[in-house]
Amino acid sequence: MKKYISFFRLRFSMELQYRAAALAGVATQFFWGAMEILMFRAFYRTNPGAFPMTLQATCAYVWLQQAFLALFVTWVLENEIFDSILNGNIAYELCRPVNIYNMWFSRNLAMRISGAVLRCIPILLFAAFLPAPYGLMAPAGLTNFFLFFLTLLLGVGVTVAFCMLVYMLCFFTISPMGLRIVTVSMVEFLSGGIIPLPFLPDGVKQIIELLPFASMQNVPLRIYSGDLTGGGTLRALLLQVFWLCILVAAGKILDALAMKKVTVQGG
Amino acid sequence: MITMQDVCKTYKVSKRDAGFSSAFKALFHKEYELIHALDGVSFTIRDGEMVGYIGPNGAGKSSTIKILSGILTPEEGTCLIDGLTPWKNRIEHVKNIGVVFGQRTQLWWDVPVLDSFELLKEIYRIDAHAYRRNLEQLTDMLGLSGLLQTPTRQLSLGQRMRCEIAASLLHDPKILFLDEPTIGLDAVSKLAVRDFILRLNAEKKTTVILTTHDMQDIEALTSRIILIGRGHILLDGNLTDIKEGFASTDEGLASFYQSHNL
Repeated sequence: MKKYISFFRLRFSMELQYRAAALAGVATQFFWGAMEILMFRAFYRTNPGAFPMTLQATCAYVWLQQAFLALFVTWVLENEIFDSILNGNIAYELCRPVNIYNMWFSRNLAMRISGAVLRCIPILLFAAFLPAPYGLMAPAGLTNFFLFFLTLLLGVGVTVAFCMLVYMLCFFTISPMGLRIVTVSMVEFLSGGIIPLPFLPDGVKQIIELLPFASMQNVPLRIYSGDLTGGGTLRALLLQVFWLCILVAAGKILDALAMKKVTVQGG
Repeated sequence: MITMQDVCKTYKVSKRDAGFSSAFKALFHKEYELIHALDGVSFTIRDGEMVGYIGPNGAGKSSTIKILSGILTPEEGTCLIDGLTPWKNRIEHVKNIGVVFGQRTQLWWDVPVLDSFELLKEIYRIDAHAYRRNLEQLTDMLGLSGLLQTPTRQLSLGQRMRCEIAASLLHDPKILFLDEPTIGLDAVSKLAVRDFILRLNAEKKTTVILTTHDMQDIEALTSRIILIGRGHILLDGNLTDIKEGFASTDEGLASFYQSHNL
C-alpha cells in the first residue's frame, strides 16, 4: 500500500513545482465557468420552466465541474504512460516488483487528485461568494454532503478505471492517437461534461444514464446541486459500484493478456 | 546461478515495398516475416561472475536481456535464475535484479533525482537504514553529490547515466544487467562507470551481465564473453579467443563476424 501512496507524494511535488500551469488552469476554468453560466442564463430568461434543472442547480453543477475538472476530464491522460509504451521505456516499468495495472491505476489517481486539490480551492471560494442563483450554494445538509463526497470518490474511480482501458488497449495498437480521440470526445459528451445529462431528450437520456460514463461526474455534481435525490441517488450509487467493478475487471483481463504478448519497441 | 536452455524468441515483423501501390496492397493483404531473434540459446552463468554479452546489431542481445529480466516471454526453452523462471514469477524475480538500459531512462523527468530514488525505495520496500547506507555508498562511488538535487531533465547524459546506475542498485540486487551502459558517454564518464562496475563486482559479489559494442568496456571488465549472432551462441569463452593474431580486439571481432557472415 505504501508504495502506491508514494506516487501521490511524487505527483504532488510535481504539481507544486509547476505553479504557473496551475494558475493558468484556474484562470481558464474561471472564465469557462462564467461563460457557461452566462449562456445558461440567457436560455433560462426565455423560459425557465422548459429546463429540467433550476438555474441555481445548473450554476452549482457548472462551478463544481470547473473546480474538479482535473478529477474527471478524460483528455487529461498520462502522456508518460503512452510514451513508455510507444518508445519502449515500459521495459523499466516491467522490471519493478509491482503489478502494472495497480501501479498505473494509483499513478493516475494520484495525478488527478493532486491536480484537483490545488486548483479547486480558489474556484470554490470564488463561486461561494457569488450572489444567488449564479454562485455555489451551501450543500443541502450533512447527509447530502457525505453522499456527494462518496460518489465523487467513486466517480473518480470509474473515470480512472475507464482510462486504464485506454492505456491497456495501447499495448495492442501501435499508436494511441486514434483511440484517444474517439474515447475522449465520446466520454466528454456521454458523461455530462458538455451539458448536464438531464438536459438530454427523453428516451436517449434513460439509456445514457445506464452507461459507465454517467457514473463519472454526473452523479456527484447532481447530488450536490440537489437534482438527484432519494431513490435516484441510491440507484446511481449502486450503478457506480457496478461499473467500477466491471471496468477494473476488464482492465485486469487486458493487463494479463498484454503481459503475455508485450513486445518492447525500439531495440 | 543463471541457466538458459534452448530459448527461442520469434518476432512477427510486417513488411512491404515502398510506394503507394504496395501500400494499397498491404491494406488488404499484410505480409509478415518471422524473425528468429533467439534460436536455441543456452548458457550458464555462476554467481559473482562478470560476463560480456556481445554480438552485432540485431543479434538478439537485448532480447536475451529482456527475457532474463522477465519482460519478454520466449516461445520455447527454459530459464532459471536462482530457482525462478523470470516471465512466470516476474514480480518475485525482479526484486533480486537490477537493470540498466543505456538508451532509456527510469528517472522521472521533471523532478530532482532524489525524488525518483525515494519512489524506488517505496516500490522495492527498501528499509530506511539500508536505503541510507546504499545511497551514501553509491553517491560516493559514482560521484553523485550535487547531482541528486537537480531535476533529471537538466543533467548531462554522463551524469544521468551514473544516476541511472545508482537507481538500479538501490535495492541491493544480486544480479545486474547492463544493456549498453556506456553508449554515448565521454571518456571520463566511461572510465568512471567501468571502475564502478569493477568495484561493485569485487566488493558486493554482484553478478554482472553486460552488453556493449565497445570492446574496451569488455577488455576492462570481463574475462568471459558470450558471442551471439543471428540468434545462435557462436562463442562462449575468452577474449583472447577472438583477439589472437590481431592488432586490436575490434579487428579480431570484425574478422570473426565476417567469417560467420554476420
